[in-house]
Amino acid sequence: MIGEWLDIGRVDEIPLRGSRTVQVAGGDDIAVFRTGESQVFALLDRCPHKHGRLSQGIVHGGAVACPLHNWRISLSTGEALGEDRGCTPVVPVKVTAGRVLICRASTLKAAA
Amino acid sequence: MKHEPIRIGEADTRLHMVVIGNGMAGCRAVEELLARDPTRYRITIVGAEHHVNYNRIMLSPVLAGEKTFDEIVINDHDWYADNGITLLAGDPVIAIDRAARTVTTRGGITMDYDRLLIATGSDPFIIPVPGRDLPGVIGFRDMNDVGAMLAAAEKGGRAVVIGGGLLGLEAAHGLALRGMTVTVLHLMPTLLERQLDEAAAWLLRTALEARGQTILTGADTAAILGDAHVTGVQLKDGTELPADLVVMAVGIRPSVALARDAGLDVGRGIKVDDHMVTSDPNVLAVGECVEHDGQVYGLVAPLWDMCRALADGLVEQPSGYRPAPTATKLKVAGLDVFSAGDFSGGDGAEDIVLRDASRGIYKRVVVRADRIVGAVLYGDTADGNWYFDLLKKGEDIAAIRDALIFGQAFASGGGQADPKAAVAALSDGAEICGCNGVSKGKVLACIDGGAHSLDAVRSGCKASASCGSCTGIVESLLALRLGGEVETGPKTMCKCTSFGHDDVRREIVAQGMRAIPEVMQKLHWSTPDGCSSCRPALNYYLLCALPGEYVDDQQSRFVNERLHANIQKDGTYSVVPRMWGGLTSPKELRAIADVVEKFNAPMVKVTGGQRLDIFGIRKEDLPAVWADLNAAGMVSGHAYGKSLRTVKTCVGSEWCRFGTQDSTGLGVKIERATWGSWMPHKFKIAVSGCPRNCAEATIKDFGIVCVDSGYELHVGGNGGIKVRATDLLCKVATEAEAIEMCAAFIQLYREEARYLERTAPWIERVGLAYLQSRLLPDAEARAALAGRFFYSQRFSQDDPWAQRVAGAEREHHAPMARFQPQEELA
Repeated sequence: MIGEWLDIGRVDEIPLRGSRTVQVAGGDDIAVFRTGESQVFALLDRCPHKHGRLSQGIVHGGAVACPLHNWRISLSTGEALGEDRGCTPVVPVKVTAGRVLICRASTLKAAA
Repeated sequence: MKHEPIRIGEADTRLHMVVIGNGMAGCRAVEELLARDPTRYRITIVGAEHHVNYNRIMLSPVLAGEKTFDEIVINDHDWYADNGITLLAGDPVIAIDRAARTVTTRGGITMDYDRLLIATGSDPFIIPVPGRDLPGVIGFRDMNDVGAMLAAAEKGGRAVVIGGGLLGLEAAHGLALRGMTVTVLHLMPTLLERQLDEAAAWLLRTALEARGQTILTGADTAAILGDAHVTGVQLKDGTELPADLVVMAVGIRPSVALARDAGLDVGRGIKVDDHMVTSDPNVLAVGECVEHDGQVYGLVAPLWDMCRALADGLVEQPSGYRPAPTATKLKVAGLDVFSAGDFSGGDGAEDIVLRDASRGIYKRVVVRADRIVGAVLYGDTADGNWYFDLLKKGEDIAAIRDALIFGQAFASGGGQADPKAAVAALSDGAEICGCNGVSKGKVLACIDGGAHSLDAVRSGCKASASCGSCTGIVESLLALRLGGEVETGPKTMCKCTSFGHDDVRREIVAQGMRAIPEVMQKLHWSTPDGCSSCRPALNYYLLCALPGEYVDDQQSRFVNERLHANIQKDGTYSVVPRMWGGLTSPKELRAIADVVEKFNAPMVKVTGGQRLDIFGIRKEDLPAVWADLNAAGMVSGHAYGKSLRTVKTCVGSEWCRFGTQDSTGLGVKIERATWGSWMPHKFKIAVSGCPRNCAEATIKDFGIVCVDSGYELHVGGNGGIKVRATDLLCKVATEAEAIEMCAAFIQLYREEARYLERTAPWIERVGLAYLQSRLLPDAEARAALAGRFFYSQRFSQDDPWAQRVAGAEREHHAPMARFQPQEELA
């Protein structure tokens, strides 16, 4: 299937205030988050600090706390919040008819 | 029965004032008088109850178990003594002779007076239905009623509360907290109809029902059933409700019998003029028993105004009582409610309404001709005082109308949501504490007079000292006036809340909260769903408070507790199977060796806690690893959790030539009893077979050192950054005693330590003597603690690995999708 967007599954497969991953062969995983208000975001699953798996962190408000050293990363911009400095690439994502779609080009870039 | 008048303090030639009623109004009137002229009158107070003067508004928290009687005393015995007041408690006045100017008590004491003050308050209205006099039918008015309710709740069973007003709902809440099954009967179609409109009443009803109370509105009581004791209530529609206790809380009536018998002018209450003088110039009356200008009163704010007017009159500087509009700011069963003025609507009244269903907030301001005439707030009452201030001053709100409903901070410009700015903007005359009638100006004067902490303000000017709902405003005033100089209590949990860990825990238990969003809603969390600090803490506090009932929130767990393994810096996990007391077997060792080879684990290591740690396991492989380990009989070692980690042992008397007891066997027993329990932080145990202490028991959270005559029990040790050796808790003779003490200690730690506080800092904070006082002298209390621990263990000793292997929460391990760029590009 060729298109601009990749269908990765139903939105309710991601727990509220939780995250799932998309494995990309040859590259970093992509972490797909769902907030308490059911908004969906996607980031490279890699903290800018020590490369912790953001998908394993606690999601609160519009941010995720990295499980390794508790850096808080904004889900919408990928930027570290508070005193910390750093940025994780954002993967465009949209929800259509209950399906989660991520941007093909960004996913290919993640694999590169 | 005629007695000679007793003359107390014969040589004292001052005017004698006798106060009938030792309640809030009577004593407040005396306080106001003493503040104006401490020596003019010789004062005697006669009270029907045996107690000193206490805060009747606070009976609900006593019933709910949030406060003790001592905490609601307003004036203790010293106050009477220091002010030269004679107190006759427990001996009610039964007659007034106005001609002779004497009063006589039931005990037969007759005394003369120069001025008489009647402050008899009110009586609960008992509806005239058959069975109303049965044992088990009570009102909710004084400490005796609270005592009766507590005694009934001890036995459990069903309570029916007649009356869905403030008192009734408070009684129902307290009884429900005490474990009774509660039904509220209310005659009107909506609860609290005098304080709330329909929408707010519905929100309140829904919230109460969600907590397990049954609410019947439009319920008209026909009879109370039972022979020797109440057994039920029958409604006019024929419904019968079983009941072991019936509380009548349908309303109050001014207590006027004494005044009427004495021939004073009595309508609905004892008629008084603006200076609280009755139809007899030597007799005054104040409080709920009076009728002023055709009105009777049941709220506390107007009573305080009456007391001021009365005292001004007694020192010949008459000011006169003027009824003012009243506002009600309440916590009904822990829910914030505010109302003021007239919210009945009608011609020319315009409503401005804001609802936030997800936060359970409802606000309604009623405006007539550009002036606020009424307001109802539910869920968020922070702006109540501001609306009430605008209402009392009759201020024109046309200019701020668009933003009015969003509250003061927003409407006063700038859109800043800073509560300090909101408080700063209040006028000096604005009432801060409705219970005690304290204005902003008075609070500030109190702070300027040296009160630099919340407690100091409370004792200085009484602001926030009664129901406590204005505590936040008083704190803001402190911060405003003193900047960083405020002397504060414990630190807050995190930036999401103004409460400390202990406050949050206490409220969770006191209010019977059952879920994280509920805690955040009720305790006014400033963030929508908390943060990575408070969420795990709340999850733990609820889990500890509601064993077997609370549903663990996986999204509020740190990754290690969610995946039941330890995350490593490269994103793989390490897996530690449990080895009871550090013992293992060929079968277990083979299974571990097989797992290491099968999953290419790059390293296996012996841990400090006598276990084997398998490193480098991928998240997706965890369930398969666990399945293999489960098959050999091993379960999760919880090396990843804020939980019981390991019980380390030495070989003890079975092998060692120095061993005094079977330390290995005892260690295994203790680990079997305690594994799987969630704690505020990690918890390690060790058992050494002799004082040589090879298991290093004296740097564990709970350590046992066996000696010839029994077992030394040590607590509060840890290795780590700052090594702390244990304190000796006590010595016991048998294994059974050691296990019970271990369970009791763990439960005390679970219930009282703050989340992420290990036993070492906890003990440094509360002191060893405190632990000993809780664990040693009272065998029953100790058994109760241990009992609660073992009860909660019933729900936690389920191997989480086996659950995951069986397919639970598979989504934590498997990726949602896989993507192969090569295939895509091909």
